[in-house]
Amino acid sequence: MENKYLSGMKLGQLATIKSVNQHSTDDSIARRLRNLGFVEGEEVRLISYGPLGQDPLLVQIGFTRFALRSSEAHRVEIH
Amino acid sequence: MTTLRVALVGNPNSGKTALFNLLTGSRQKVANYPGVTVEKKSGVFRVDQDKKWEILDLPGAYSFDTDSLDELITKDVCLGNVAGEKEPDFIVCVVDATNLRLHLRFALEVRSLGIPMVVALNMSDAARARGIKIDVATLSEKLGVKVIETVAVRKNGADGLIAEMKQNLPNVGAITTDSMDYHAEVREIISDCVVMPSRTSRTDDVLDRIFLHPVAGLLILALTMFLMFQAVFSWAAPFMDMIDFGIGSLGSAVEITLPEGPLRDLIVEGLIGGVGSVVIFLPQILLLFLFILVLEESGYLPRAAFLLDRFMVGAGLSGRSFIPLLSSFACAIPGIIATRTIQDPKDRITTILVAPLMTCSARLPVYALLIAAFIPDQTVLGLFNLQGITLFALYAAGIVSALIVSFVMKRVRRGLHTQSLLLELPSYRLPSARDVLIGLWERGRLFIARVGTIILSITVVLWVLSTYPTPPEGWVGVPIDYSIAGRIGHAIEWIFQPLGFNWQICVALIPGLAAREVAVSALGTVYAISAAVEDPTAQLLPIVSVDWSFATGMSLLVWYIFAPQCLATLAVIKKETQSWKVVSIATTYLFGLAYLASLLVYQIFS
Repeated sequence: MENKYLSGMKLGQLATIKSVNQHSTDDSIARRLRNLGFVEGEEVRLISYGPLGQDPLLVQIGFTRFALRSSEAHRVEIH
Repeated sequence: MTTLRVALVGNPNSGKTALFNLLTGSRQKVANYPGVTVEKKSGVFRVDQDKKWEILDLPGAYSFDTDSLDELITKDVCLGNVAGEKEPDFIVCVVDATNLRLHLRFALEVRSLGIPMVVALNMSDAARARGIKIDVATLSEKLGVKVIETVAVRKNGADGLIAEMKQNLPNVGAITTDSMDYHAEVREIISDCVVMPSRTSRTDDVLDRIFLHPVAGLLILALTMFLMFQAVFSWAAPFMDMIDFGIGSLGSAVEITLPEGPLRDLIVEGLIGGVGSVVIFLPQILLLFLFILVLEESGYLPRAAFLLDRFMVGAGLSGRSFIPLLSSFACAIPGIIATRTIQDPKDRITTILVAPLMTCSARLPVYALLIAAFIPDQTVLGLFNLQGITLFALYAAGIVSALIVSFVMKRVRRGLHTQSLLLELPSYRLPSARDVLIGLWERGRLFIARVGTIILSITVVLWVLSTYPTPPEGWVGVPIDYSIAGRIGHAIEWIFQPLGFNWQICVALIPGLAAREVAVSALGTVYAISAAVEDPTAQLLPIVSVDWSFATGMSLLVWYIFAPQCLATLAVIKKETQSWKVVSIATTYLFGLAYLASLLVYQIFS
């Protein structure tokens, strides 16, 4: 089965995070995402897109909304 | 008197600064931590006759496991690793009661430092209003530190916290146990102590649907910016006139009081005139700050960054560059200071480098003179005024060239750079008047401090250059022609000849380095218009339009789009980046662009 990522979600979709993947050794963006609560088992919802080219994404995790570029969201793998 | 050091730490948007304002009022000091541009804010809380607390408002942080300069400073101050900073005796960790999932995780990280602490459960009123029920006693027990509810935006909102600190400070038990998985621990704590009906506030949902709408959102943003500019330029005008009048009267008063001589000239023309030419922009800058602060406090600014990010990334910038660049339309100096909110150092430098290309209001007097002298006041296409179109074109040229420059910079360093946005969009809030006013006071003070010292020294130096040596008896030309500035002007004339600048312009460029609009009065001096004349522009107009060719006028207009004719901006770039390299890059590329563009324009029109 193909891997699914936060960057490929549909508007309003709710998903559970599987993992946050490093795109390089000591990937500071991946580490940041984990510190902000993007960890296995958390639910995440895609709320909205930026007005141009579906980037950045507005996601809700926990009680917090974050704006992520799709390159950042591509690090978050979902079930 | 005993003084205990109390550090406020917490996530961004936890209301930490509001709590700091509540505790310290106006007794605040803002400085920088040594060697970095991270702001150090401290204040005093007087407990009683012989006890006070020194309160530190540390930069907001999401985590200590970080590369971010702000967060590293927060960690280092807590651990006593910053030179000249004693470690705090006590920590107040501020968490937003409506956003515990994120904020408690950081509280656990702070707890692991092993410093005595309490948790301030802030915005507890907002949490209650949303139906979030928090069992404070159990939360305290689970965290192992005292938890106290606070409402930092309310007058007595920190009384419980103060009482607790008075009673127990600094003997509150420190916890050194460390958990392996903060997220798991937070999840467990929340399931034990917190009941919440829904995860988000309904207001936020509705407002985000409107403000972040691809079409409506952008329209609202454009409208907001339009209103802001209208306000900055029209509301500020009467205050600027008042300052102008005040400076004029002060000058005349000194002129009457002091005996004639170099000292009087230095004070009247150098100090009062020079500093006055910058202070006059204070009303515009304060209004601009007021708008930005209200937008910031209400939670709208990160939304604007979200909406514009994609557009800005295309040009090699980031959504966060938007506000600094916007501020630069009033003056590049507050814009450059505002780049502190851009976390990515490369994005920050790029933003600083292009900020001077935004048409600041000091260019307007220069543009006004040249447009009035060379562009006919006529209607084109039955609708537009040609002079207005020219002014618009000058603004547009600044913006377009900023986009091109940042795009080129991005290409140059391609591959070295992973850009990151990762921006929290906090809940919408009604801005509190107190926090806005304190913020305004602080930024106004910073602007005056930055500009005051720099401008003072620059204007004195430039005045001396434009005055000495004084011409001998029987000198036929204008006095400035004999001065060092005059000689430099003549010496560099050959450089600017291809741009169509005559020696008068070259001479005026030197004192005009103080601030762009000083060029107008400097031209007045060169053309021997008495300094006492009320409106030098009106006097200059007929001279300039006869003496200069159309090509020269256009060339000088274009020069002012690019040229870094403002030493204060360059000095602030140095202060903010601590790097001569950035200053020299800015100076070189701006002069280079100015020269090339003016050359091109002059050759085309002549």
